[in-house]
Order: sequence, then structure tokens, then C-alpha cells
Amino acid sequence: MSAIPFDLAVVGAGPAGLSAAVVAAEAGLRVVLIDAGVQTGGQYWRHPDERHLDAFAAPEHTGHHHWDHYRALRDRLRRRISDGRVDHRAGRQVWRIDPAGDGTVFALRTTAVAGLDDAAPADRAIHARRVVLAPGAYDRQLPLPGWTLPGVMAAGGVQAMLKANQVTAGRRAVVAGTGPFLLSVAAGLARAGVEVVAVCEANALSRWAATPLRAVQEPAKLLEGVGYAATFLRHRIPLHTRTIVARVAGDERARGVTIAAVDGDGRVRPGTERDLDVDLVALGWGFTPQLELVVGAGARTRVDVDGSLVAVVDRDQRTSVAGLYAAGEATGVGGAVQSCAEGELAALAAAVDSGYGIPSARARRLRRRIARGRRFAVGMHRASPVPEHWASWLHDDTLVCRCEEVTVAAVRETVVDLAADDARDVRVTARPGMGMCQGRVCGFALSCLVADRTGRPTRAADLEPLVRRPVGTPIRVADLAALADLSGVADAEAPGPTDPVAPSGLTPSDLADLAPRKERP
Amino acid sequence: MTVDAADGYTFAFDGAPVPFRPGQSVGAALAASGITSWRTTRGAGEPRGLFCGIGVCYDCLLSVDGLRSQRACVTVARAGQDVRSDDPGAALARPADASSDGTRA
Repeated sequence: MSAIPFDLAVVGAGPAGLSAAVVAAEAGLRVVLIDAGVQTGGQYWRHPDERHLDAFAAPEHTGHHHWDHYRALRDRLRRRISDGRVDHRAGRQVWRIDPAGDGTVFALRTTAVAGLDDAAPADRAIHARRVVLAPGAYDRQLPLPGWTLPGVMAAGGVQAMLKANQVTAGRRAVVAGTGPFLLSVAAGLARAGVEVVAVCEANALSRWAATPLRAVQEPAKLLEGVGYAATFLRHRIPLHTRTIVARVAGDERARGVTIAAVDGDGRVRPGTERDLDVDLVALGWGFTPQLELVVGAGARTRVDVDGSLVAVVDRDQRTSVAGLYAAGEATGVGGAVQSCAEGELAALAAAVDSGYGIPSARARRLRRRIARGRRFAVGMHRASPVPEHWASWLHDDTLVCRCEEVTVAAVRETVVDLAADDARDVRVTARPGMGMCQGRVCGFALSCLVADRTGRPTRAADLEPLVRRPVGTPIRVADLAALADLSGVADAEAPGPTDPVAPSGLTPSDLADLAPRKERP
Repeated sequence: MTVDAADGYTFAFDGAPVPFRPGQSVGAALAASGITSWRTTRGAGEPRGLFCGIGVCYDCLLSVDGLRSQRACVTVARAGQDVRSDDPGAALARPADASSDGTRA
């Protein structure tokens, strides 16, 4: 190892990671903050280019919540960067975490998010004694007929276009799926001048009535809801509950949708189908925590209330791997306020574990905050489940896997004809989840479809193989080749069975797995 | 919201100028110009453009200044960029002609 390792590496600069980096640096740790974004904020506080704010029509906080909190965090981070406590590596993705040296240091291998990698090969591996993983989440998707047409987007992607680019992805939109995030996206679109023709919430709002106490405990969320209601009234946005987008129509791009009412289990009620002309379809079914680094580092996982694979953490955000912490959506989707608290607590735990004295009252207060937020999140997940019979909306030729163009029929036939009895078997046989996105988009739906056919409920052991990858993000061959030139390569290739971090090193068969598939067989 | 890009902020998309605001992504600038798809799939030849919008799904690939398989949603637009809707599945240029960093694993 050439450089002195950092005390702490924080992966992700959204609410959780930003909070963790700032608090850890203020506690005295020397921190490196690694983030795929070119500026901090993550997906939640995604905002226009800070160097060119005058080029955008609306101010940077447009459409944001808790913006003052973000600004304060950003200011604190800038102070720590200028006094040398934080090294901010922006626009870089961690694609693998390995133990290095004597096993008390982690090597985080990074690559440029876009364009040529201008970092020297030696600088691409970042060494740190402890790591906080705050990788965040992205929209959970379910396939439906026509969902691959241009003009159909993830709800979060539509939101990101609004927040960071101040661009609307269409003129007439339908927003569909489940959960309160849909309201935020619809309100943002309406305020930006898009005609929101319908918001389709698959569940009944009465599900929220089961958790009134939880909602009262989170008054900020209630206020947020009131704000959306006012926007919906002002812009005359119809909110349809127990309603879904059954299919998207169009040839070169989305031209319309058919919406339909569903029963409590998600089965379409015959005769309720209705066509709408739209050029933008925003879809979201809750969120999928981005877990490949958690799984790749060997940390224990579990299936959360919403069906997502999440990191198991103790009451101070420690994972099952010594020196590795997780915060934010990776430990269970709970929103930005929860993520900030978890990031702070992870930083305090890392500081304590590094030998720094931290007043215990601060940790106790955060633990209470997190417990309250967790109760609200559980209520939210129970109010907005993925409908049990969503697969009944699909046609045989509906694509499950967008990358490898694998149909519903192909997945079902693999289970029935080839007796592939878990999602991993189906993946290696019919190739869903084997394309560029590596199952990030179709993984959840795939595991549901397989569970549906085999009659076996999905467990953590079924979901983990869809997330476990020797390389966490597509990288250039040059990044792999550069490993051979670094002294750190020995660390990557020789972790023993007792090693706490990586269950296995890079092997030739891993590399073969990574080879691009140029032709279809 | 319309895009009235600041003067001089344009990149080329398949040779035609596309305006952008500094800091916007290539994908956002294309969408703002009404361009919704820029590649076709290897199997069925279906059109694809932005889907996840945040770098997760790899649906929005295009080539930027000769580098293939770049995600339009996380590539920052820059003046004078040469953006092309190259088929990511097409044969690569011969090694002698290609940038050594242009291949993706």
C-alpha cells in the first residue's frame, strides 16, 4: 500500500453519506467521501450545477424538502474539505471492496462514472481503516406491457430530470405505482408546467388509516402531504386509488396508456379499462436499496417489510463485518430524515471504534430518532405494498429483463420446463439480469415471478445471488488490467477463508463472467 | 420549462447541434430537445432512451467523443462534444485505431 489509509471512507454523498462524512470529520477522523455524483446531495438533494446556477430558470432548492438542512451540511463539508479533514472524490463509483494489508484496512476500487478515467491507476484504489456504506436506493420497478418504450421512465428519473436539469421529460404525464413518492413526482411535474393527466396509486389510501399514530409522530411528513394535496387541487390532478397502468401504447415512443381499476389483491376489474393520451409515463413501486457493495463485502442481509434485501446492522449501524457500517436506505428504506440520523450515528460509531470519545447522549438521541423513523417506515411499507397479483397484468411477450430482452414466457418456461427453482437458476439459464444493469432493474420482479411459479416465498438467500457480483458496476478492461500493476493486487487475489471482508477474490472465472457478450447465441 | 440554453452551449448529436444549460446531462439536453431515443436493442431492435435517469439501468447508452457505452443520464454535457447514437453492439474498431481505454468490461 503506497498511501497512508484514511481513518474512514464514506461511500455515497446523499443524506446518509453526507451526514456521516461531516460528523466523522468533525469528530476528528480523516475522511474520504467517494460519490458517483459530480456534486453532493445524492438523489434526494439532486440539484442544478452549483457553478452555473444563473443558467437555470428556477432556484436550486426548487421542489426540495429540508433544503436548509442540506445547505448546512454542504457548508460544514466545505469547511472540512478546506481544512483538510475531508477528501471529496466526486464522479467516482466504487466497484469493489477488498481487505488490504494486514486485514485492518479496506481497499475500495473506484472507476470514473463517465468518460475517460483521469485518475492515475494508483489513485483509483482508496484505502481506509473503516467504511460507511451509504449507497442509497433507486426506484423499484415492475414490468408491464410497453414499459420499454421511450417516454416511459422511472419516477425517480423523472424527478432527477426536474431537480438537476430543470427539464421536463414530456408534456402530458401519468404517474403510477404505489407510495407517497408518486405524489412528490406528480406535484413537481405540475409545478414545472406538465399536464399530469392522472396519478394511479395501486393501493387504497385507507391502508394509511391503520397507522395514524405513526403519522402524527412525523409531523413533517404530514405537512409534506398537505402541500401535495394543495398542489393537486390547484392543478386539478386526478388521484386514482386502486388503479394501475395496465399497458403502454406506442411504436417509437409512448403515446398513451390504458389504466384500470384493481381489487385489493391487484387483479384488474373487468370493464374499468380506460385509455389516456400521454407522452410521459413515470413508474415507481417503492425503492430498491443499492446493495451490491454490502453483499460484496460479505455483510449479512435480511428481507425487509417491503420485500427489499437490506443490510443487517446493530443499534449503532455496524454491519456484521468489522469496520464496516451501513446507513440510509441500505438498512431499510426510510427516507431522507431517517438517512441523515443513521449517517450521523454510523459516523459516531466509527469514531468511538477508532478510539475517540463521544458524548453518549448524542448517540442515544439519534437511536430514539431512528427508532421512531423506522416505525413510520414500516407503516409506510404496509400501506404501499406491491400488489400480490401484479404478474396477472403481464402478457407472455412482456419483457422482464430490459437489457437481455427476456420475456415473461421465457422466465416461466425456464421454471416449468427446466425445473430452475430459484431466481439464480433462472438467471443463468434464461439470462434475465445478465445484461449491463446486472439485474438491478428486473431483480425484484424476477424473484417474485420465480416465487410465484415455484410456490416458494422469496428469502434473503434467493435475493442475494441477484446482487452478488465480483464487480459492482461495469468497468473498463483497463481498470482490471491496472490491478496487475498495483501492489494491492496481492490483497485482491489472496483473501483467505478467515478473511472478514471478501468471501472470495477475483478469479479467472469471475473475469470470464465479466466479458461483454457481443452476440446473442 | 423550456430550454433556452446560454449562447454557445451546444453539443453535436449525430452531427446536429443540441443546446444545453451548463451542468445539464447529455440525456436531459436531448430530452429537452424532444429527442427520446438514441439506440436500438441487439435482439428486437427496439428503440431505447432514458429510463432510470440516475445511472442504474444502462438503457440510455450512447457514444461520447468516441467513447462507447456512455450513460447519457450521468454524462455532463459540454460544448463541442461529439455525441453519437452508435449501436453499442456493433463491432469495435480494430485495436490499432481505437483508444486503449475505449473498451468496457
